[in-house]
Amino acid sequence: MTMTDSRPDAGRSAVTRRPMRLFRNLSSKLALMPLIFTAVVIFLGGTIWTIVYSFTSSGLLPRLNWDGLSQYERLWSSRKWIVSIENLAIYGFFSLIGTLVVGFTLAALLDRKIRGEAVFRSIFLYPFALSFIVTGLVWQWILNPELGLQNVVREWGWTSFNFDPLNNPEIVMFGLLIAGLWQGTGLIMCIMLAGLRGIDEDIWKAARVDGIGTVKTYIRIIIPMMRPVFVTSLVLIGAGIVKLYDLVVAQTSGGPGISSEVPAKYVMTAMFGGQNLGQGFAASTMMLVMVFIILIPWAYLEFGGRKNG
Amino acid sequence: MKLTTKLLSATAICAATGVSAADLEVMHWWTSGGEAAAVTKFAEAWSATGNTWIDGAIAGGGDTARPIMVSRIIGGDPPAAFQFNHGRQAEELIEAGLLLDLTDVAEAEGWADIVTPPALLDACTVDGRIYCAPVNIHSWQWMWLSNDAYANAGLDVPTTWTEFAESAPALKEAGITPLAMGGQSWQQNGSFGVMALALAGEEAWLEVNRDKNAETVMGPDYARVFEAFGAAREFSDGLNVQDWNQATAAVINDTAGAQIMGDWAQGEFAMAGEVAGEDYSCLPGLGEVAILDTGGDAFYFPKQDDPEIEAAQKELAALLLSPEVQVSFNSAKGSLPIRGDVDLTSVNECTQKGLDLLANGNIVPNGETFLAPDTITQLNDLMTEFWNTPAMTPAEVQEQYSDIIASAE
Repeated sequence: MTMTDSRPDAGRSAVTRRPMRLFRNLSSKLALMPLIFTAVVIFLGGTIWTIVYSFTSSGLLPRLNWDGLSQYERLWSSRKWIVSIENLAIYGFFSLIGTLVVGFTLAALLDRKIRGEAVFRSIFLYPFALSFIVTGLVWQWILNPELGLQNVVREWGWTSFNFDPLNNPEIVMFGLLIAGLWQGTGLIMCIMLAGLRGIDEDIWKAARVDGIGTVKTYIRIIIPMMRPVFVTSLVLIGAGIVKLYDLVVAQTSGGPGISSEVPAKYVMTAMFGGQNLGQGFAASTMMLVMVFIILIPWAYLEFGGRKNG
Repeated sequence: MKLTTKLLSATAICAATGVSAADLEVMHWWTSGGEAAAVTKFAEAWSATGNTWIDGAIAGGGDTARPIMVSRIIGGDPPAAFQFNHGRQAEELIEAGLLLDLTDVAEAEGWADIVTPPALLDACTVDGRIYCAPVNIHSWQWMWLSNDAYANAGLDVPTTWTEFAESAPALKEAGITPLAMGGQSWQQNGSFGVMALALAGEEAWLEVNRDKNAETVMGPDYARVFEAFGAAREFSDGLNVQDWNQATAAVINDTAGAQIMGDWAQGEFAMAGEVAGEDYSCLPGLGEVAILDTGGDAFYFPKQDDPEIEAAQKELAALLLSPEVQVSFNSAKGSLPIRGDVDLTSVNECTQKGLDLLANGNIVPNGETFLAPDTITQLNDLMTEFWNTPAMTPAEVQEQYSDIIASAE
């Protein structure tokens, strides 16, 4: 009995040894299950579902009636979509550079151990606590020519002063940019400040001994050391740019005309205003493609390059 | 979830006490002064029956409110009733079987006999079943003029669009913006629709909107409309407002000469204590072709599992069309009642003009009954782009307009 039993047992243990690895750290893997489920079903599943339905002529409700590429043809022949992409590019470029430069400068200034640092830090971070809708409304009022800045300056006596970015199609994106920077730089400043605090004091001492100036120390030594902090900031800013929507709705609702439309707003208007889900899905698929176009080369440089080196 | 619990508890209370009172959440986008005053008439009438009206007002107009309503219905948490405009907006919701069939209420109340014009009930009907309760008639086809603004400029109040266009430069010289126009795209496209019907005439308008004839858009009748719309763009220079009621306020304050806006604007004049004929004038069909389009609002009732709620929904539907409620609501809103057998309590000069046109059958269906929301969105985008791009010529916009009409369903 024991002899006959031991043989199959030995075979079984060989089979069960491999799954053992799968069940290692079982509790932590179980704990991750909801997250894995969310990632696969909600993110991946939702993305695939959206892409599939972008090839249909779905109206108010999703339906699987194939329509080929016609949603994409219409999308790319739409003036509004082209304007949206251009606007996002303008906003993205200036927002990225502006947020990084202003955020880092503020952080560096605070890092010079000025008096009342906590007060300034709170003031700079405060706008981040507001929702984009509130920010948008506040700046809509400030930039309103009849109520806001222009009117105040004119009442001081400079009657020809002209500053109405939200009513001028040429510069309306910069009106949005002002509000976006006001809201976003505080957080980036805090992250940068944390990064600066993580730099060893000895680095500064060594630089001083070598007679390197403060600005040069920052640019040549400190910033390269803060690479991970910059990557975090870039990801945060980039995500904020692509999903730019509520600020536009609150500040200009896409106007004047269609001059401050952005892709996310195009998606919303097509899906719900126009009751044309297919068109909205096609537009959001294109947004995803754009993100990949930017992300893939970066990810390749960041992670692929290291493998070779 | 919250609503479901509320409804469940409401049902539980009903079952326990044996009184059939229900809490119905009603969603709408009536938030301006005149509109809010009107909707309380509904709420009061409904409360008087022992039920509770839970007001679900959404600010920001139909474009903001409709997605919220639709997502709640599709998401399985529908309100008990919601407002849409007459037309094709709810078409797919009906086809998907998400809305309550009101045919038995309509038959019991004899809606087929009382609703005038009958086209309003047709807009509610899909495959012979009735799915909505029309509550009012609104027409876009109006121009509102400030008598004082013209008096201040030393001019007579114009009686036609042509006269208005001629008087515009003099008005501008007197420091008054001739035409008030809000910045939202639906206002610009809507005004264009008014000018199309008034200047190109009923026949051409129907060919474009009903028959989707792109050649008519390129024809001489419509070319004249695009030219006039281009002129209107210049008349509105110098006034930066967003919402339609801000533009109406400019006419009320006499800083603007006129506004093209539907008859709902009259609620704002009434709220400001202005008197038709004395403080402001109105021109149906811009004084050119006096035909009203019959748009307006209707209430739809999403299907609910609870028979108690369903009974209350039907009760509400019948109440909305009852003579007393029709009078009190439409008097407050400045709209026309959907039944021909009631008299409005206080009819001013402008409302009387509207009632006469309605009684004489000088009406066309609303543009939204012909065009799908998708097409209207495209036209909105085009017209607002034109309005805000001085370099864009009427010929260019005409070309693009005809492309959209050609591809419309």
